[in-house]
Amino acid sequence: MKKPKRLKITETLGFLTLRLCMACVAMILIVIFYDIITKGAGVISWDFLTKPPVDGMTKGGIFPAIVGTFFTTIITALLSVPLGMGCAIYLNEYAKDDGLTRFIRMSIRNLSGVPSIVYGLFGVALFVEACHFGTSILAAGSTLGLMTLPLTITASEEALKTVPRAYREGSLALGATKWQAIWTNVLPYAVPGMLTGTILGLSRAAGETAPILFTGAAFFLPDIPNSILSQFMALPYHLYIMSTQHHNIELVRPIAYGTALVLIVLIFSMNLMAIIIRYHLRKKGIAHG
Amino acid sequence: MANNIRMKAEHVDFYYGSNQTLKDITLDIYDHAVTAIIGPSGCGKSTFIRLLNRMNELVPNSKLEGVISIDGESIVAEHMDPVDLRRKVGMVFQKPNPFPKSIFENIAYGLKVNGQKDKGLIEQRVILSLKKAALWDEVKDRLHDSALRLSGGQQQRLCIARCLAIEPEVILFDEPCASLDPISTSKVEALILELKKDYTIVIVTHNMQQAARVSDFTGFFYMGELIEFDKTEVIFTRPKDKRTEDYITGRFG
Repeated sequence: MKKPKRLKITETLGFLTLRLCMACVAMILIVIFYDIITKGAGVISWDFLTKPPVDGMTKGGIFPAIVGTFFTTIITALLSVPLGMGCAIYLNEYAKDDGLTRFIRMSIRNLSGVPSIVYGLFGVALFVEACHFGTSILAAGSTLGLMTLPLTITASEEALKTVPRAYREGSLALGATKWQAIWTNVLPYAVPGMLTGTILGLSRAAGETAPILFTGAAFFLPDIPNSILSQFMALPYHLYIMSTQHHNIELVRPIAYGTALVLIVLIFSMNLMAIIIRYHLRKKGIAHG
Repeated sequence: MANNIRMKAEHVDFYYGSNQTLKDITLDIYDHAVTAIIGPSGCGKSTFIRLLNRMNELVPNSKLEGVISIDGESIVAEHMDPVDLRRKVGMVFQKPNPFPKSIFENIAYGLKVNGQKDKGLIEQRVILSLKKAALWDEVKDRLHDSALRLSGGQQQRLCIARCLAIEPEVILFDEPCASLDPISTSKVEALILELKKDYTIVIVTHNMQQAARVSDFTGFFYMGELIEFDKTEVIFTRPKDKRTEDYITGRFG
């Protein structure tokens, strides 16, 4: 009975290794959180959240950056949600599975691998210059929108794939048109998954620095932006400045940590929102993912 | 039996890509009768029935040759919209596929997508369809419960009711009892016999007893070919082809 014993050891070892992997990942997350919270929580106050920076950004709050990130994310959503969902519906429901479709799909997958700084440069060429948006919330939000598109499309397509074929066929067999079948009997069950993927994409966009670097984010602005064609401050960029570009980095370190904390809380609440939406709709018995 | 011919398949060939799954099928489907299609798995019987309401068109790279007609008109004629055809030729699938909606909404669905807005009429039709499908007594107190809570047999009868609600003329059953227990199966069979009075029925089944019990005509498919087609009693008592005889006596299949 030598072999079974060896198998058992392998099993235990394998299990242990996997568990260790998991623990490592969890530890990284916990350490990051611990570090940011302990060093950043001290500066968080009502004023920090609602006042602009003062005295050469050594004092005051980060209100303009919060507002800037908020509006940029809205522009991102307006661009990437309808476009991404529409594209996913087309690819999954209408497009024939031929060479062209496969090529389009491959391009989309590859687009998600393009470095964000490249999107930034592209945004300058397309939105800032060619579309005359200037360096603005609109240009930066659109650039981020483009960047999140592949993610939105892929996530939405996956969500559509989880809807059983029987729903489509059953609907068509009852004399529904293809669009009716999709609208009434596919989308309602795919939307929770689509939303979840989309929000995750947006939360990633909200934390990006490179794409907004040349397209609209400003080093310092005393006021909040008054239109989507204004430049803006953004949380990730502010964090970058406070940690590397400020004339007195040591002095403003707590502010940098505070900014990081706000940014992380913002992103986590977006992700939490995605989870809540999915949970809520799944409870109603219509989500599949 | 002096039935009229309702649907007709003439020299039908069907291909998935380069793979020919149906070869030269010629077959008549008679009005107000049950036509059973039997044969071993993979013989093309499900493919054939899905041609009759053009569900096969959803499969990429498929090709149909030959003519299928209803009331003398080709179902792929220019003015024949697949959507209209499917209203006329309803279908019940192998696996019960209720939508994740209430029982009521499942049946109202077909009416709604076909533009019916009159709530009173929808309600009437839902009740009538449930009664016709012999499901009314079991669900009348919980019409607004999810259809997914019904048993498999009830779900299949719900799908039949859903199909009846849009008042088709022909109903295609694609192995409707394949995933049902014996009691549910006998209920569905009784229902099919009952529906025969008002509808033209085509049923695909790999259960020969079922074909013998419910059908008036039987076609035996084997490897994409229609080997024999005749009145059911003839097929089951004095088949002309050796392969038919082997199949119905259980020598293969």
